[in-house]
Amino acid sequence: MGEVKLMKGNEALAEAMIRAGADGYFGYPITPQSEVLEYLAKESDKCIIKRTGMVVLQAESEVSAINMIYGGAAAGKRVMTTSSSPGMSLMQEGISYIAGAELPCLLANVSRGGPGLGTIQPSQSDYFQSCKGGGHGDYHMIVLAPSSVQEMVDFVKLGFELAEKYRTPAMILADGAIGQMMEKVELFDQMPRRTEFPEWAANGKPKDGPSRFVTSLNIKPELMEIINERLQAKYKEIAKNETLFETQNLDDAEYIFTGFGMGARICNKAMELARAKGYKVGTIRPKTIWPFPYDIYANVAKKVKGILDVEFNAGQMVEDVRLAVNGTCPVEFYGRMGGMIPSPEEIIEKFEEYFINGGK
Amino acid sequence: MSDIVCPENLVYKKPSTLKDAIMHYCPGCGHGVVHKLMMEVVEEMGIQNDIIGITPVGCSVFAYNYMDIDMEQAAHGRACALGTAVKRLYPEKYVFTYQGDGDLAAIGTCETMHAANRGEKMLTIFINNGIYGMTSGQMAPTTLEGAKTTTSPYGRDVETMGYPLRISELIANLPGVAYVTRQAVNTPANVRKCKKALKTALEYQKQGLGYCMVEVVSNCPSNNKCTPLEANKFVEEQMLPFYKLGDIKVPEGK
Ligand SMILES: Cc1ncc(C[n+]2csc(CCOP(=O)(O)OP(=O)(O)O)c2C)c(N)n1
Ligand code: SF4
Repeated sequence: MGEVKLMKGNEALAEAMIRAGADGYFGYPITPQSEVLEYLAKESDKCIIKRTGMVVLQAESEVSAINMIYGGAAAGKRVMTTSSSPGMSLMQEGISYIAGAELPCLLANVSRGGPGLGTIQPSQSDYFQSCKGGGHGDYHMIVLAPSSVQEMVDFVKLGFELAEKYRTPAMILADGAIGQMMEKVELFDQMPRRTEFPEWAANGKPKDGPSRFVTSLNIKPELMEIINERLQAKYKEIAKNETLFETQNLDDAEYIFTGFGMGARICNKAMELARAKGYKVGTIRPKTIWPFPYDIYANVAKKVKGILDVEFNAGQMVEDVRLAVNGTCPVEFYGRMGGMIPSPEEIIEKFEEYFINGGK
Repeated sequence: MSDIVCPENLVYKKPSTLKDAIMHYCPGCGHGVVHKLMMEVVEEMGIQNDIIGITPVGCSVFAYNYMDIDMEQAAHGRACALGTAVKRLYPEKYVFTYQGDGDLAAIGTCETMHAANRGEKMLTIFINNGIYGMTSGQMAPTTLEGAKTTTSPYGRDVETMGYPLRISELIANLPGVAYVTRQAVNTPANVRKCKKALKTALEYQKQGLGYCMVEVVSNCPSNNKCTPLEANKFVEEQMLPFYKLGDIKVPEGK
């Protein structure tokens, strides 16, 4: 068993980054994730983590931070940045370049309510931005949605693994609540930093091989199409191999509550209340929101009377749920916005209104 | 023929660090000259395996097709952010960015200033041709007062369009900056001086002195709709009186 500690979500994420053998972190302060950079700074001397030699640098903006990530990843290093919604918007150009140049890296969005400067309170309103290609061009990144501080730790390791396996950016989409809350976590042991780098990495021309260049550019349309086709084939492969989800009480379920991240946790609590009232409710929780677990919803929809999707937004993941269900059973949505979080009691109330008391 | 083409008679040769690719630059363009100078310096210093270059968005976006070294192609203006990370992660290697005046002095001013201010131990080669080359001749921050471009068709009116920006003088004020020099490649003598400046900057980088910038006042015959000779004359007569050549900052004691 690894070291067990009581930690805040953001700090646990920062600690996991060090332990995952990361080579560099580049970021810019923004609430509710500033503790990540603060934690790393505390562990550093002159911008170097004392324990491992990892580089930590406060960039002048999120635009710069994501392009530092691009530079570091292109040179073969394991690099990570974190931000929150407005900062993530600034990073979209860089993410598109990173996806286009097929570089592995890990990002975390500890998201808050928008639009605009919005609020510093938790929200899940960046689902579309994260999962549907927030920047320009046809691309995806792997998006992991933690629902506990433990997963802030576990998903750092998993995120780097997946990013490097597929040469693609990966993101942890948490919300401010997970970033700020304290829970007991089990930390994995310190992993070594890499000493060997992929053959494509531009870190100095090899003495016995050709020089390398990293680019997302190809102005010949017939070649750019081939690159796009290769990207799409990779995304299919990721969807086939890496889709992750969790279910509870599906066996006898007549209704499903579903949500992601913190929303899923509240759905599980609401399910307990519903069961206590005699309703046979199960839950589905996507752990990867891209790739999205369409099949589980499609299969379950054949057996249940309805699905209630709960999010801290105006209804984003519910579009994917409806796509999966394709009209097989009713799908209703309940969400709170602007930093408000739905309570289990509200969820039961909405559930009864939609499904038990004869619909809206 | 073979008695003429022999090592004793060799007066000029392409550096081995330049690939055998036909350059896409227009005839007379300064980009090709600066590429060659930089690669000659890399060859002479024997650092081909220890240097990483960052290319911009602009006419020189394809520098990686010509320079036979490891390169990364940045988003428009962001080269100094990439360079920062590469240098921090590989402090023992040489790192340079290669950027035009739109890339560096407009969209990338923030990244450039902050890299300079942090004293990142890297080199920026700043090609100031006073115009946006790649996108066909729009006004750049460096465009001279009164100069006609496609977006200042009646001449740059400084009251409404801003003043030509002397980035090198600005950067030289920052304590993290070790070496700033302005060079040109419009005459053989200037070409030789420019090469020396590039070498000096890399030597300072090796000594870890701080951020270095070599600005090269260049030309764009295609968008100025003139011949290469006329373009170089324009550099001499119009650009250099405003963008004065020479060292703007040198490390203490050098
Ligand atoms: C974000 C973004 N905005 C605009 C452009 C279009 N663009 C490409 S190159 C360029 C300007 C290039 O001028 P300069 O940096 O002076 O280099 P030159 O071509 O003259 O060498 C612009 C505006 C772009 N590629 N990306
Ligand atoms: S357009 Fe201008 S800057 Fe670009 S290659 Fe031609 S001459 Fe050079």
